[in-house]
Amino acid sequence: MQTLAFTILVFVAIAAPGVVLTREPLKQCIALSFYGLLFAVLFFVFHAPDVALSQMTAGAVILPAILLLALVRMQHRDRSRKVERQ
Amino acid sequence: MIRAWLRSWLFLPAAIGMAGLLWWAYRALPQVGDSRSLYGDYIATNAVGERHATDTVNAVTYDYRGIDTLGEEFILFASVIGVLLLFRRQPGHPADTSEAHEDEQIEETIPPTDTIRVTMQGMVAVMVVFGMYIASHGQLTPGGGFQGGVILATAALVVYLGGRVDTFKRAVSHPLTEIAEALGAGGYALIGASAFIVGAAFLTNWLPLGQTGQLISSGTILLISLAVGLEVTGGFALLMHAYLEEVIKQEGGE
Repeated sequence: MQTLAFTILVFVAIAAPGVVLTREPLKQCIALSFYGLLFAVLFFVFHAPDVALSQMTAGAVILPAILLLALVRMQHRDRSRKVERQ
Repeated sequence: MIRAWLRSWLFLPAAIGMAGLLWWAYRALPQVGDSRSLYGDYIATNAVGERHATDTVNAVTYDYRGIDTLGEEFILFASVIGVLLLFRRQPGHPADTSEAHEDEQIEETIPPTDTIRVTMQGMVAVMVVFGMYIASHGQLTPGGGFQGGVILATAALVVYLGGRVDTFKRAVSHPLTEIAEALGAGGYALIGASAFIVGAAFLTNWLPLGQTGQLISSGTILLISLAVGLEVTGGFALLMHAYLEEVIKQEGGE
């Protein structure tokens, strides 16, 4: 149990700067989602399955999804602007 | 140059100070599972008997501190309305003019492969069932309306990712989505106010509690959880529609 808790803490500690140091927005979204999933596992290991489920749905799914949607929208904007200029 | 140098000089002592404070706080932490609080102890020993809900976390969020959750629900409601306001179509909006360019497609969107389509369509069914299960079993097992609602809304996004753009559009732009959002948000407040009928305070759990462990039990906790589920599903579906509306317009070829 102790080793499991320690392992997941180390994983989260490595993943967090990983998200910050990923500078490309699309890749950062995916890194953020992975980090959210690790965080959910952390909550589960520390006996908080309710928080783990909330974290999984909000942190690992909906937050990266909304960011991705915003990226899609921005790309689309840029493209239609380019067409207008031509 | 000077700026970067100054910045690292400011950062280093701040980081060292922060690390010291964190270490100090860490030293004073109780052992894992060792912390005791009056409130936590009370809930852990009495919640199941008082509310007939085996998941005490939901007994807390939807009953003992139901008024907080009502506030949180309206934060989500207000954010969704904010996004819809920001994204609303205005005259002279680029999306209106871009229709003239519809035939000159700039870049073909890559259609999803068969593997993606089949997997995603299979996943949608599982996600819908799982979302409804999580939203309706909050009083018994971990989960509840919020988590279930997010899973249900994500199922709609998976439909889109699987290439069924028309199906996605029909689902999220259906008037029922807006009704679900409004009904969920208003329903929570109404369930809370329904306690006035029996002369009790706002958000009192006045309905029959039923038998512990049964699906229909724990009185208003189940109803509030379902209302939150509706609100979250509708809210996130509306958000996805707001974000993807322009993109779909060209992709869907309408």
